[in-house]
Amino acid sequence: MNKTVLEMSALELGKSLRQGAIGVEEATGIYINRIREIEPRLHAFLHMDEDKVYTRVREVEEGIANGKYTGALAGVPVAIKDNICTKGLRTTCGSKMLEDFIPGYQAEVINRLEAAGMIVLGKTNMDEFAMGSTTETSAFGVTRNPWNEEYVPGGSSGGSCVAVASGEAPLALGSDTGGSIRQPASHCGVVGLKPTYGRVSRYGLVAYASSMDQIGPIGRNVADCKALYEVIAGYDVKDSTSYMEAALKQESVGCEKKALRIAVPKNYLYSPSKADTARADGEVSAAIEQAAKLFEQNGAKVDYISMPMTEYAAQAYYVIACAEASSNLARFDGVKYGYRSREAQNLHEMYRRSRTEGFGAEVKKRILVGAYALSEGYYDAYYLKALKAKALIKAEFDKVFEEYDCILAPVAPTTAPRLGESLIEPLKMYQGDAYTVAVNLAGLPAISVPCALSEKGLPIGLQLIANSFEEEKLFAVAAEYEALRGVMPTAMEQKGRC
Amino acid sequence: MTTQYETVIGLEVHVELATRTKIFCGCSTQFGAPANANTCPVCTGMPGTLPVLNRQVVEYALALGLSMSCKVNQYCCFDRKNYFYPDNPQNYQISQLYLPICHDGEVEIETAKGKKLIRIHEMHMEEDAGKLMHDESNDTSLVDYNRSGVPLLEIVSEPDFCSAQEVIAYLEKLKMLCQYLGISDCKLQEGSMRADVNLSVRPVGSDVLGTRTEMKNLASFKAITKAIEVESRRQIALLEVGETVVQETRRWDENKEQSFTMRSKEDAKDYRYFPDPDLQPIMISDDWLARVESEKPEFQPQKQLRFQEQYKLSAYDAALLTQSRHMAELYEQTVALSGNPKKTANWFMGECMRLLKEKGMDAEQLKFTPKHLAALIIALDKGEINQEIAKTVFERIFEDDIEPLAYMKEHNLLMISDTGAIEAAVDEVLIENTKVVEEYRSGKEKVLGFLVGQVMKKTKGKASPGMVTELLKAKL
Repeated sequence: MNKTVLEMSALELGKSLRQGAIGVEEATGIYINRIREIEPRLHAFLHMDEDKVYTRVREVEEGIANGKYTGALAGVPVAIKDNICTKGLRTTCGSKMLEDFIPGYQAEVINRLEAAGMIVLGKTNMDEFAMGSTTETSAFGVTRNPWNEEYVPGGSSGGSCVAVASGEAPLALGSDTGGSIRQPASHCGVVGLKPTYGRVSRYGLVAYASSMDQIGPIGRNVADCKALYEVIAGYDVKDSTSYMEAALKQESVGCEKKALRIAVPKNYLYSPSKADTARADGEVSAAIEQAAKLFEQNGAKVDYISMPMTEYAAQAYYVIACAEASSNLARFDGVKYGYRSREAQNLHEMYRRSRTEGFGAEVKKRILVGAYALSEGYYDAYYLKALKAKALIKAEFDKVFEEYDCILAPVAPTTAPRLGESLIEPLKMYQGDAYTVAVNLAGLPAISVPCALSEKGLPIGLQLIANSFEEEKLFAVAAEYEALRGVMPTAMEQKGRC
Repeated sequence: MTTQYETVIGLEVHVELATRTKIFCGCSTQFGAPANANTCPVCTGMPGTLPVLNRQVVEYALALGLSMSCKVNQYCCFDRKNYFYPDNPQNYQISQLYLPICHDGEVEIETAKGKKLIRIHEMHMEEDAGKLMHDESNDTSLVDYNRSGVPLLEIVSEPDFCSAQEVIAYLEKLKMLCQYLGISDCKLQEGSMRADVNLSVRPVGSDVLGTRTEMKNLASFKAITKAIEVESRRQIALLEVGETVVQETRRWDENKEQSFTMRSKEDAKDYRYFPDPDLQPIMISDDWLARVESEKPEFQPQKQLRFQEQYKLSAYDAALLTQSRHMAELYEQTVALSGNPKKTANWFMGECMRLLKEKGMDAEQLKFTPKHLAALIIALDKGEINQEIAKTVFERIFEDDIEPLAYMKEHNLLMISDTGAIEAAVDEVLIENTKVVEEYRSGKEKVLGFLVGQVMKKTKGKASPGMVTELLKAKL
């Protein structure tokens, strides 16, 4: 092996560990050192418990030796977004509200990682309760983009994507309610998948918008991402919205036989002005067209189509997501766990002060919007109307998938914005989520794959969207694209920055 | 001329279901466990946890709904009712608003005034909340989440009642239905049945409903009766002096026999109901419905009539025997073995009821084997034991379900059927009481009773008095 541990893909590392070419402790130690080196500049992690990690390392070493762990990712470290509950390890959701919260139970995905012999390195930074697109709404400081530290990494799974992009972890888990895996993956130059709604158990994922939340894998390439997906996917009896295995068997295998049919929504491309974030800017649009051309040159059938319903996606998404969030976040009241204001003199005041002091501005804004949308007299006009828009958006996707294998689209309208730039123009930020949130509204799987570098040297990602439960197809198409695209520079190689 | 008023009442009844586990997690529903012993991350509302529906709750809801002739929403959903209170760990209650499992049913009640149909508006499934405990001494409050997530059915009636008698008859009927279905024990004191009373008054003959109040915290039939009486009077008094009734929720104080305002319509909460995205809609197939319908038991009124007919019992006896489905079934099984409906009924209504009362037990708690009581009845019939001994043996059956014949043998309680042994005793008595024998022989026949008594004493009551008399007469 000529490659160093940090240069290896997760699958390569897994293979070396299984073959005994590298020890689990050695490999984990290299990543921990890398984290120590990088963290002061990027701040991708919120907490780590080295003792716990090394205890686990010994368990895994033994497990690999005695044949308990034989999977492709046995012994491979993984970073976890801090809204996924880890037993005995703080889970803060990037919020002061849960600053000292240590769950006594853990997410189903963590059970599965452990069963596969993986090692949880630590918990990564995120927008508070996953509400945000920049990781700037975290109560514990911003995370910086490894390609340029003046820029945000995207969000809300910014910490997880930065950890993977900067070589602090070979793999990470994020969560995606409206683009929170795909958008930071795009801004950081890594691969991120939002699985079909119901594909991965939500048990132990602190809910933001329950009808759209999904946990998904983040990796440096498509194959790594797929390997992690295979560890976490599958029915879980503890999550009533997860799909029974029987329902999962309807995988499509059609794409290999016929020419790949790809649809590109032309109304997502070429924004007429900088202020209009409902369409991608010139640079991003050109990158998408370039990718489309690449597919076409290699035998795919590419059509530019129109998906006008997407224009309503951001509005519908924010009504539904905020409505659900207003109810989901009601449990943070200072009574049972989490932040409790010391000042309160009575119950009502305890609620008010704890929530006023424990939640950040973005979270409070969304709770207010959501509570309003569900109020008597407004429910029909907002919530029900948003559900109707959601149904129309889903129908529009269904229609496209009658004729096409997948949709090729931008992930975000621009490359990563500068730190501090987004929060002063919230509407622009929300509008910029249109192509990712439409996918969550429709419950579809979508993957973000790096496709180009901008003039400023920031990564641009493309998004591939497939029909429900067609992750296999999505990975196949993404891997095909990755091969056609060829090697891209990584954040780790940037001017010795990382 | 003074206006005559009538009272109009509607009821919201909560029934706690007797499932083994909670509605959305695997925790036990057992009453009386140490605080927070029956809890888990789900029923304490920990972040990231998810509810999983207990199918038994749907099963029970359907059973009660069909027994009230309800229509069933075969596609029904759970909704979140959002409100902040510390006993509610998620600060929303999972309930049903938009598509409740059952609607538009009816329940027949009977009072001194005759039979009446009460319409059921809807019935839905929901989770119970925990319990707050206030420690006045150090000004703190504690929460026990054992009850959090215990399944409830809420049965909402139309405003079809006009008296406390009707309300009580309806609650008794619901209780009977639930107990016969085995879905709840419906104890008001333990809170497994709770009733909120919506009450308004209006001039007799008016077809417009008056402004209503909702009365909470009614923990007994007595409290319900009193609260209806007091609240009707309060509202009529207001109207008579030209004031208006305020739409509000009131709390009944059982000690003061008065109610107090809890919250007025102005502070009525907006619960911001919306479909719970964590739970899938419930699909109830035709087959499922048909099965539940076919498993419906014979309810009390039918069972009572059949008992009168089949076992030639009085209406009173049949009503008592069928007040509990369990007791009625024990009775029938015992009759099948004893072949004597009347004598069997006497045991249930006499000794059995007496012991239940003495031990403060419920008919539901009877646990003896019908075969054992039947064996006792047959033994008594055959004259193998006497009535007094039978009572003591029954007590052992009632308490420990002993096998009576084996028990009587072991404790030497059987009658002496051997004439030789009785003859010996008779001979002894005749020898020991020569003076009395003389008296008898000289015509004083009433001393015979004394001699019989002496023989009984010698045989410790286990000889048949008839046989003793015959033997004595022969020998004398």
